[in-house]
Amino acid sequence: MSARSRELVGLVLAGLIAGVALASVAIARDAEVTAGAASYGALFLALYVAAHVVVRRTVPFADGALLPLAAVLTAFGLSLNYRLDADDGARQALWVVIGVGVLAATLVVLRRDYRVLESYRYLFGVAAVALLLLPSVPGLGERVNGVRLWVHAGPLQFQPGELAKICLILFLAGYLREKREVLAQGRLKDFGPLLVIWGAAMLVIVQTNDLGSALLAFGIFLAMLYAATGRALYVGAGLALFLAGAGALYNALDRVQERVTIWLHPWTDEPVYCALNGQMELRQDCASYQLVKSLYSIANGGFGGTGIGRGTFTSTDGSELVPYLRTDFIYSAIAQELGLIGASALLLCFMLFVVRGMRVALRAQDGFSKLLAAGLTFGFALQTFIIVGGVLRVVPLTGITLPFVSYGGTSIVANFLLLALLLLVSNRASAPR
Amino acid sequence: MNGRIVRLTYVATALIAVLVVMTTYWQTWAAAGLADRQDNSVKRVAEFSIDRGLIFSFEPRKRLARNLEREIEGKTLFFRRYPQGELAAHVVGYSTVGRSRTGLERSLNDYLTGATGNLSSLVDKALDELRGKPVRGSDVVTTLSLEGQRVALEQLSARCGAVFAFDPRNGKVKVMASAPSFDPNLAEERFGRISRITADCSPAAPLLNRASAGLYVPGSTFKVVTASAALESGEYTPDSSFFDPGYCTVYGKRVNNFDTTSPFGTITLENALAYSVNSVFCNIGLELGAKAILAQARRFGFYERPPLETPADERAPSGLYRDGRLYTPAQDSDVDAGRMAFGQERMLVTAQQMAMVAGAIGVGGRLMEPQVVERVVRPGGRAVFDPEPKLIRRAVSEETADAVARMMRLAVERGTGTTAQISGYSIGGKTGTGETGVPGSNITWFIAFAGRDEESPPELAIAVVLEEQSGTGGSTAAPIARAVMEAILRSTENP
Repeated sequence: MSARSRELVGLVLAGLIAGVALASVAIARDAEVTAGAASYGALFLALYVAAHVVVRRTVPFADGALLPLAAVLTAFGLSLNYRLDADDGARQALWVVIGVGVLAATLVVLRRDYRVLESYRYLFGVAAVALLLLPSVPGLGERVNGVRLWVHAGPLQFQPGELAKICLILFLAGYLREKREVLAQGRLKDFGPLLVIWGAAMLVIVQTNDLGSALLAFGIFLAMLYAATGRALYVGAGLALFLAGAGALYNALDRVQERVTIWLHPWTDEPVYCALNGQMELRQDCASYQLVKSLYSIANGGFGGTGIGRGTFTSTDGSELVPYLRTDFIYSAIAQELGLIGASALLLCFMLFVVRGMRVALRAQDGFSKLLAAGLTFGFALQTFIIVGGVLRVVPLTGITLPFVSYGGTSIVANFLLLALLLLVSNRASAPR
Repeated sequence: MNGRIVRLTYVATALIAVLVVMTTYWQTWAAAGLADRQDNSVKRVAEFSIDRGLIFSFEPRKRLARNLEREIEGKTLFFRRYPQGELAAHVVGYSTVGRSRTGLERSLNDYLTGATGNLSSLVDKALDELRGKPVRGSDVVTTLSLEGQRVALEQLSARCGAVFAFDPRNGKVKVMASAPSFDPNLAEERFGRISRITADCSPAAPLLNRASAGLYVPGSTFKVVTASAALESGEYTPDSSFFDPGYCTVYGKRVNNFDTTSPFGTITLENALAYSVNSVFCNIGLELGAKAILAQARRFGFYERPPLETPADERAPSGLYRDGRLYTPAQDSDVDAGRMAFGQERMLVTAQQMAMVAGAIGVGGRLMEPQVVERVVRPGGRAVFDPEPKLIRRAVSEETADAVARMMRLAVERGTGTTAQISGYSIGGKTGTGETGVPGSNITWFIAFAGRDEESPPELAIAVVLEEQSGTGGSTAAPIARAVMEAILRSTENP
């Protein structure tokens, strides 16, 4: 079977998953499968079949597993968002349509040779820093939860961090391909760029309080630097610098300090000072409220989960029990309704996506393509780790999105862009010459 | 570059593998611990879709807690109602969406929600879940006498205090009443009305279960412990004779009897207990030392949380307290043994603990574990929890118990506790008046056991405590004990 045929079979399976999940939501909500709910599954499949056709035309030799895996992940995201809030589910569906459109457009535009992007590397580098700092521009940025992540421009709002990630990877892939021999010599003066990027990451933390994006960007940088130069010393030095910087900021910034305290000690037996209302409260009732409630949500799922539509997210009077469920804590909603089995299946999908992405990097022939695919894939894995790890109390919780799953337009579009780039690299690597 | 990319692949997959491991941890290993946390509102609300088990009184068999079904957004939810209102509020507690549970609703939650039990009941539960039927929890039958609860609360009326009565032969709790009480039906939506309850004390603290968590100065009821320690030491007999000058001297200071105007002169230990003579017990305390008396108190259950099926934080251990914490003196000289011997000196006790003391004396020194749950049954009728009477330990030898029991009977026959007499029954009791330092505001006590005659083991042991009283234990607490005992004893008489 060719890659494209496997892709089509995979997409039909993804459509089936989406159909069953959406029907479950409808049953839980209305006790019957309505015609509308049944058609959602068909629409979902139609959308991805359309994407498949574009892929077949533009990148016929691309990896056949990536698109179906992305489809399964969006199926999880769509059905959970629809279950939590029907209107948000519809909006999310619209964003998936736009995302697939962006995927198709990218494939069409760059189908001949995506490597033209390499010549714009410095433009991408500047764009990455600019996008990361955009939320801290007065008048544009909005603070949510004390973190500047959002940009408002008129009726539009978006999270530039997601796009910054892709710009950064494009920049690094071009820059490191050019400079990797020089950097590999390990001379002291070559540490310059490393220090510059470290400084930029720290600046992002100070300016936006966004520890998650900074960690993600810096992690991608170190991974790509290692792939390009093979010098573990850079990674060691980079990690040491980041930890030292974060340590210094820990003492300087209350926000960072609070995140770490919540991570280490979410529960207290005695009331502690609560900055939210200025009174003495148990920490689980104050600063770590979100994290703790999310853990309760996960634990309530148990092995098999409550079933889609039957989880407990609101009180009997409709008030919210677990905050930020559709964005930061979507994973705790999935873990409750689908249980350990479903959550593990989701994580395995992420893992498969990562393995396929890295395979693309391995098979690519030129340095730019290899670095690009490895960077995109590693960034995808690290982002998943940072947000889900935050929810699971593996690392301090920071508000970034779960790729393809969380509610949010920018995130969906950026991840389809990422997928498009991987498909392009993959197509070139496998194309017969 | 490929070797490096392979290594990056390992790192990336390892990161996601960590997430699988941690999800497993939270959903299996840690799940039970999280489910028990009181701030776990997710679990609490989720359990409202369970057809929660009912709670019954023992006699007459009435529902203390039932369910009210309501459909909300296509889900059947089971809200709690408490038909007996404030009669058993402190034992049963409440289960609400907005607040953490209390009482048996909290401690027996796993039974009431069907989460624990034997294998077949767990299979039942899993089947119900699969069929989409509401899970049915197990019913709890308590040992409480509803009539006893009613009389106790009626007798306490506006006064603050508690009554704890149980069968000392097997530990079954008949009455556990705390005043002021509250209507648990108000806990969900009209909690403000509970917090505005007032009574003859401040703070009224209606939610506090004074019967097991109210710590009070024991006053002369503690003389039962001291007398037991004295007889167990082998250095005293009931006939040991003392000279009472109306006071005793501790560290050169005089400690007066309750009534200093008429010293008893030469008096036996037996009569000293019956008439509650402080100076005698003060001298025994000085002689035995604080540690020996505390060792005896420990054998009665002091310094440990008294066992019961209610939540642990609704029960307080009795003992010496310093700065709000239990305190064990390292040396005899750390504590004023003379004053401790007659129940002052930072000694704080609960009604449950003192009822356990009276009960153990009544039944020959055997300290039985109080139990308020008769059994827990599945909807089909099979029992999933059927507790056996349990001996905690022997508190005193049978000879000592019988001797102290005789002294307590004497106290009711002609001593300080005559107001507790019930015709046709043999009552042994001890009054207590604990001084709080505020004149006219005493803690008054009566502890007792009651049986048909002196030969047969008593059927009932009781402790009554009242706050902010101007009278004595004999005039305030003993009549309440009498009324409650009579109500229960008469109801168990052969019909």
